[in-house]
Amino acid sequence: MRNIMTSAAAMTAAFALAAGAASAGQEDDLTINGEIDIVVRTEAPAHLDAIDTIYSGWVYRSDETQALQMDDFDNPGMIFVDMAIEAFDTVEGSEGKSCASCHESPEAMAGVKPVYPKWNDAAGEVQTIEMQINACRTERMGAEALKYTSGDMTNMVALLASVSRGMPVNVAIDGPAQATWEMGKELYYTRTGQLELSCANCHEDNYDNMIRADHLSQGQINGFPTYRLKDAALVPVHKRFAGCVRDTRAETYSPGSPEFVALELYVASRGNGLSVEGPSVRN
Amino acid sequence: MASGVKPRVKVPKTASAGDSVTIKTLISHKMESGQRKDKEGNVIPRSIINRFTCAFNGEVVVDVAMEPAISTNPYFEFEAMVKEAGTFAFTWYDDDGSVYETSKDIAMA
Repeated sequence: MRNIMTSAAAMTAAFALAAGAASAGQEDDLTINGEIDIVVRTEAPAHLDAIDTIYSGWVYRSDETQALQMDDFDNPGMIFVDMAIEAFDTVEGSEGKSCASCHESPEAMAGVKPVYPKWNDAAGEVQTIEMQINACRTERMGAEALKYTSGDMTNMVALLASVSRGMPVNVAIDGPAQATWEMGKELYYTRTGQLELSCANCHEDNYDNMIRADHLSQGQINGFPTYRLKDAALVPVHKRFAGCVRDTRAETYSPGSPEFVALELYVASRGNGLSVEGPSVRN
Repeated sequence: MASGVKPRVKVPKTASAGDSVTIKTLISHKMESGQRKDKEGNVIPRSIINRFTCAFNGEVVVDVAMEPAISTNPYFEFEAMVKEAGTFAFTWYDDDGSVYETSKDIAMA
């Protein structure tokens, strides 16, 4: 018995040490290009009881990774944004239109990303920004839909996020969106896979702790699409969801599925008040 | 051959005479090494940027020979001493013979 007690105490000490070492730079504030102030910590939205303060994933990253996001020139995600700026002006499809034909410039789209996913009356469902982009392409441009997690699609989402950087995430969870939001919440707290882990087990109960070598964040999605250094590519939010669910050793839902749309709405709502950061840089 | 090549540079707009300024450059390029094979087993031909130069008012600042192991979207950061106002000229040389150029002016503060 005494042995067990000692080892438990030793473990707690080691744990605290690990957490302490990793928290360098955690108090820092984020300003992009010296002009866009990003809210990386703020009061949790009213619907969230378990957490008092919400944090952007940026605060949990190393100083070097944090620095990459402070200047667009150093942010590898901005290369993909540049590609999307070109695509924005490229005419595609049978109607002879580009994005710019209706929407003028990417800057005119500022304020769109913070409110997605949102309820679409015509479609009678909650839609993500990817679904809206494809609706534009198929219905207005007469172009083919992009694959949900394709490079072209993710680049365009990154462009729409980049022009809204600094604006607070503000997705609606009441009214017609409420049923979808409830479904997302249910998924968030449902344990999946052989490891029987829910989103909440890591990102609500254990954020700021180390899971082996990883410093767990709150799993906020205000920074998506995210340039992940380990992938050397932009990662859309549904791909990240699939990665997390896979890590619980479960069969995952597909990107673009109603389950992931609902989960995206719920997880986005947990970050209501944080700034849009995409494309962010993470490890 | 290479598509979507776009040079980017970042140079301060002003500097004091004798200042050392930090210059950042990046060119989007796939930097195909020539070591990889496609699905059919054919070698994908090498296609890289093989040389990068920066000159200030005609004087060489850096001249870099680049090799196939350099990763995609090559990024260079270096410092240059600025004695007078002038122009930084940047040049990238592609395997396919293309030359990509851009320049930035710097004024005396």
